[in-house]
Amino acid sequence: MRHLFSYLRPYRVAITCIVSFIFIQCLGNLYLPTLMSDIVDYGVLKGNLHYIVVTGLFMLGVSIASVCFSIAASFLSSRTASSFGKVLRREVFSHAQTFSLREFDEFGTSSLITRTTNDITQVQQLVNMMLRMMIMAPLNCIGGILMAVYTDARLSLILVVMVPVLATIIALVFSRATKLFRSMQAKIDTLNRVLRESLTGIRVIRSFNRVSYEQERFDAANFDLTNTTTRVQKIMAVMSPALMLVINLSVIAVIWFGGLRVEHGTMQIGSLIAFIQYVTQLLFAIMMVSMMFFMIPRASASANRIWAVLQTKPDIVDPVAEDIKPSSAEPLQVEFRDVTFSYPGAETPALSHISFTAKPGQVTAIIGGTGAGKSTLVNLIPRFYDVDEGTVLVGGMDVRLQTQSELRAKIGYVPQKAVLFSGTIADNIRAGRQHASDEEVKRAAQVAQAIEFIEEMPEGFASLIEQGGRNVSGGQKQRLSIARALAKRAPIYIFDDSFSALDFRTDARLRAALRDEVRDAAVIIVAQRVSTVRDAHQIVVLDEGRIAGVGTHDELMGSCQVYREIVASQMAEGESA
Amino acid sequence: MSEREPRDMRIMRPPMPMGRGGMRPGMPVQKPKDFKGTLRRLSRYFKPHLWRLAVVLLMTILSTLFSILSPDVMKNATDDLVAGIRHRLHGIPGSGFDVSGIVHVILELAVLYVLSALFSYVQQFVMAGVAQKTVYALRNEVHAKMARLPLAFFDSRPTGEIMSRFVNDFDNIGNTLQQTLTQLISSIVTFLGVIVMMFAISPWMSVVVFLTLPLSFYVTRTIAKRSQRYFVGQQRSLGQLNGHIEEMYTGHQIVKAFGLEDRAMSQFVEYNEKLFESGWKAQFISGMIFPLMNFIGNIGYVLVSVIGGFLVTRGAIGIGDIQAFIMYARQFSQPITQLSSISNIIQSTVASAERIFELLDEPEEAPEPEDPVLISNPAGDVQFEDVRFAYQPDKQPLMEHLNLDVKAGQMVAVVGPTGAGKTTLVNLLMRFYDVDGGAIRIDGVDITRMRRGHLRSMFGMVLQDTWLFHGTIRDNIAYGRAGATEAEIVAAATAARADHFIRTLPDGYDTVLNEEASNISQGQKQLLTIARAILADPAMLILDEATSSVDTRTEILIQEAMSRLMEGRTSFVIAHRLSTIRNADLILVMNHGSVIEQGTHEELLARRGFYAELYYSQFAGAPA
Repeated sequence: MRHLFSYLRPYRVAITCIVSFIFIQCLGNLYLPTLMSDIVDYGVLKGNLHYIVVTGLFMLGVSIASVCFSIAASFLSSRTASSFGKVLRREVFSHAQTFSLREFDEFGTSSLITRTTNDITQVQQLVNMMLRMMIMAPLNCIGGILMAVYTDARLSLILVVMVPVLATIIALVFSRATKLFRSMQAKIDTLNRVLRESLTGIRVIRSFNRVSYEQERFDAANFDLTNTTTRVQKIMAVMSPALMLVINLSVIAVIWFGGLRVEHGTMQIGSLIAFIQYVTQLLFAIMMVSMMFFMIPRASASANRIWAVLQTKPDIVDPVAEDIKPSSAEPLQVEFRDVTFSYPGAETPALSHISFTAKPGQVTAIIGGTGAGKSTLVNLIPRFYDVDEGTVLVGGMDVRLQTQSELRAKIGYVPQKAVLFSGTIADNIRAGRQHASDEEVKRAAQVAQAIEFIEEMPEGFASLIEQGGRNVSGGQKQRLSIARALAKRAPIYIFDDSFSALDFRTDARLRAALRDEVRDAAVIIVAQRVSTVRDAHQIVVLDEGRIAGVGTHDELMGSCQVYREIVASQMAEGESA
Repeated sequence: MSEREPRDMRIMRPPMPMGRGGMRPGMPVQKPKDFKGTLRRLSRYFKPHLWRLAVVLLMTILSTLFSILSPDVMKNATDDLVAGIRHRLHGIPGSGFDVSGIVHVILELAVLYVLSALFSYVQQFVMAGVAQKTVYALRNEVHAKMARLPLAFFDSRPTGEIMSRFVNDFDNIGNTLQQTLTQLISSIVTFLGVIVMMFAISPWMSVVVFLTLPLSFYVTRTIAKRSQRYFVGQQRSLGQLNGHIEEMYTGHQIVKAFGLEDRAMSQFVEYNEKLFESGWKAQFISGMIFPLMNFIGNIGYVLVSVIGGFLVTRGAIGIGDIQAFIMYARQFSQPITQLSSISNIIQSTVASAERIFELLDEPEEAPEPEDPVLISNPAGDVQFEDVRFAYQPDKQPLMEHLNLDVKAGQMVAVVGPTGAGKTTLVNLLMRFYDVDGGAIRIDGVDITRMRRGHLRSMFGMVLQDTWLFHGTIRDNIAYGRAGATEAEIVAAATAARADHFIRTLPDGYDTVLNEEASNISQGQKQLLTIARAILADPAMLILDEATSSVDTRTEILIQEAMSRLMEGRTSFVIAHRLSTIRNADLILVMNHGSVIEQGTHEELLARRGFYAELYYSQFAGAPA
């Protein structure tokens, strides 16, 4: 949490102003009882009407000044907290943009989203509260003590007794409650989990007739949570009556001891009335501070999560300027030289000793079972991850010696899971090349077999894609994602299992159209189906991260056992002979 | 003496981890459609707690009354002191201070305070039980209701939406019951009590304090109206910004691959700036309410001091009266500030309750037959007779005049492109949905004449969308049949070819599957669901063949396990493998949700229809 507060440094001036404004306002509020005691002591008791009116007007003036300072402080604190949130949010977002896929894998996409959105809102709210309440409360304390001591130092000794009592009660309740809060949170999670399971598994539950069993499971979790929550609430129920009682008893003590001092003539009656107000104000301020402590753990957890993002150094950075080497002119080839790669924390490498070359004008297919490392392999080409050993070369140059943007500009990439952004269809295709002409956009859509459904839409290319592409089907998404890559007109294309959501007819037509379109490029296709890779110039067979064979379909059928197994698993023996 | 009490201590509730933040003036509130009706219905849930609620009500009123009385008692102490001073001033000998009077007052005060604190504690303590028990009962009722809802309900809305009703709406109701209800009572009591006390002390000063009332209302209203605009804007910008972040993060790979970082950033900055602009204004304007109300309170304070002082010099009231009056004037403005926020909270709570009641009012599944037929030893004949079905009654039916005749022990292959609606078949067979016309019969008995539970117990289901729950592997397999023995579980796992991999896991059968069950592979999950089905020992099966998401070796295991499972049972196989399809007794070809062709492999090829085209493009002649 402390680290994030360094982001408040630019607001030093504003914060200083806020503190002083609030202090002035506190003093103003504390001054009013003093003035009132003067009205009592010098006006009322002496029957001085003029004094009463003048002091009254003065009180009004103090009130006005105090509200002005208070509003000014509120203005500054709103702006400061919001601006703090804005800067922090931008910082986190722009930092996350530099992350490689490895950092995204580590945090998890949904966790990163939470960190950039809710967590920052949490911290921003805390800052806002701090700038209002947390500054106000201690200042009220200090002001209250000052005024109390100034009014009557000996009577202030009551505070020496009462403040520790108050603190003890607060500490006791908190230490018991926080533990229960934590266990309550865990039970809420359990209840939600049971509920989510009973929603996602509804067909299974009903098919196995386990409805009543689920009912019991839910009831158990519900009961457990209810018990804990009730206990928390019952403990918290002590808090405010106990604190109120302490404050009220302090007031009684003030009346008693103060009364004695009035009797001895060492204190005036108006001062006593004012003193009572100082004491209550002070004790309430202490309570306010204690309430703040409830907010801190939650915001501090958020702050730590945000800080973890900001602290993470991106794994992949551009080479320093003097190391950058230009790659050879087009056409470009992609070469793997004895590449080994492991995901962080994994025992065995995801890829080991991979060597092959994908030549321009050729189709290189990569096939293998799940977990064989196909997607991992193609992710190394645009340098989404860095290799552990060996080299990936694009255009004869190590990818680590090129800037990421230059390297990626050479690659038309179609991911396994089609991702579209909100905006028009044309916008999405133009993501490939910002200045593509309408003709080029249309052409890309045509090759990707997307033109038919685009033109069927009422707005054509101007039709809006909703967030996450919810309003188009999986197959349409995939075709648009292919069109986007084609619009780039890159010398290298990567299709990471990009035809899976297409029906067979579209699949066949698309591949035929592609063949002409990307004739001169180096094309790398990851596939599951043998029928997709059959015609490739070269097939790389992966098995558990190793190359099991490289060659054409016919060559592999003769030489590669793994390939034959894959073929066999997809077709009946008679068919593949 | 508690005139500085910051808007009643009761509002300072423990911040619940999921609790809503404090209501600020102008913050958008969800309004219920039928406030009265929902409130009446909600109050029915209090019936079992009536006497407890009566205690809470009584305690709240008493505790509030006592705290209202205390300034009136305290003023006597002040008056005694003042009298003592006056006497000394006028040199009346021997009469000095009335110490016993002050002691008396102090004791009286102490009793009032202790009782008030005690009552307030009892009230909160009892209310905690009532609130939590009510929420508990309501939660269980909703969950029980979900078991009676048709599948159509769950299919037509995202899981997240149902979850959010559970989480947020119940949380809302629980908090309001705990805090707001008693706060409402004490606010009203305080308001009325204080008016009475103020008039008792001095009608003139009371009138003066009342004059500040319209000002308070005006300020509250104006601020709420102004800040609302910015709160709405803030909400909108926050939605846009979060949407953008979500989109850019989920598409991170694409952003990188296409070098879109700069564009993502500039869009972000634009949304972020908009959020800042409306955000700080909403904060500032809604935050003004506190200093302004404080200021109005101070005006009252000044007026009371001046007019009170004047009245004292006239001998109309005592100094202690001023002191008490100041405290009352402070307490008086509190309920006014509070009531608007309380009313917002209650509105949003009733809206939450309404959403929950809507769920409870959803139409349930058709009732079970009165005289259910029991098939004790099902053979597994399945017939569809002239079946008509549509997910939405007003739409073109997906199935019309569908006739099928499957004999016991036969294997039916269901083929078609992805998303062709193969689950529709599952839905009808298991009676997750009811047919709109015609009938489905098992061993000659219409399935609507059986209990659903009985019908479903005759089926085993192994789908690709494997559902396992957070628990041990043993429990997950045992889910197939309540009361299965350890030996039966292991036997089922062995038959499902799962025993081996289970034993290689660190804790064997006691391995706990995590929430996403991501600690075992997709294929292993499917083996577990097969083991679960084997344990259930059904007469009929619905199977989903493994596709590409499983590696070759596991796929062979799954294949073996499935063949083993299918022996002697009527099976419906959602098929991806040619060998399965060719061996099937009947092939159903599905597209766009409906069965478009049926027959054996040879018959369908001869027809040269959709199946033939599918077959030739995907399988035949592939490898030379």
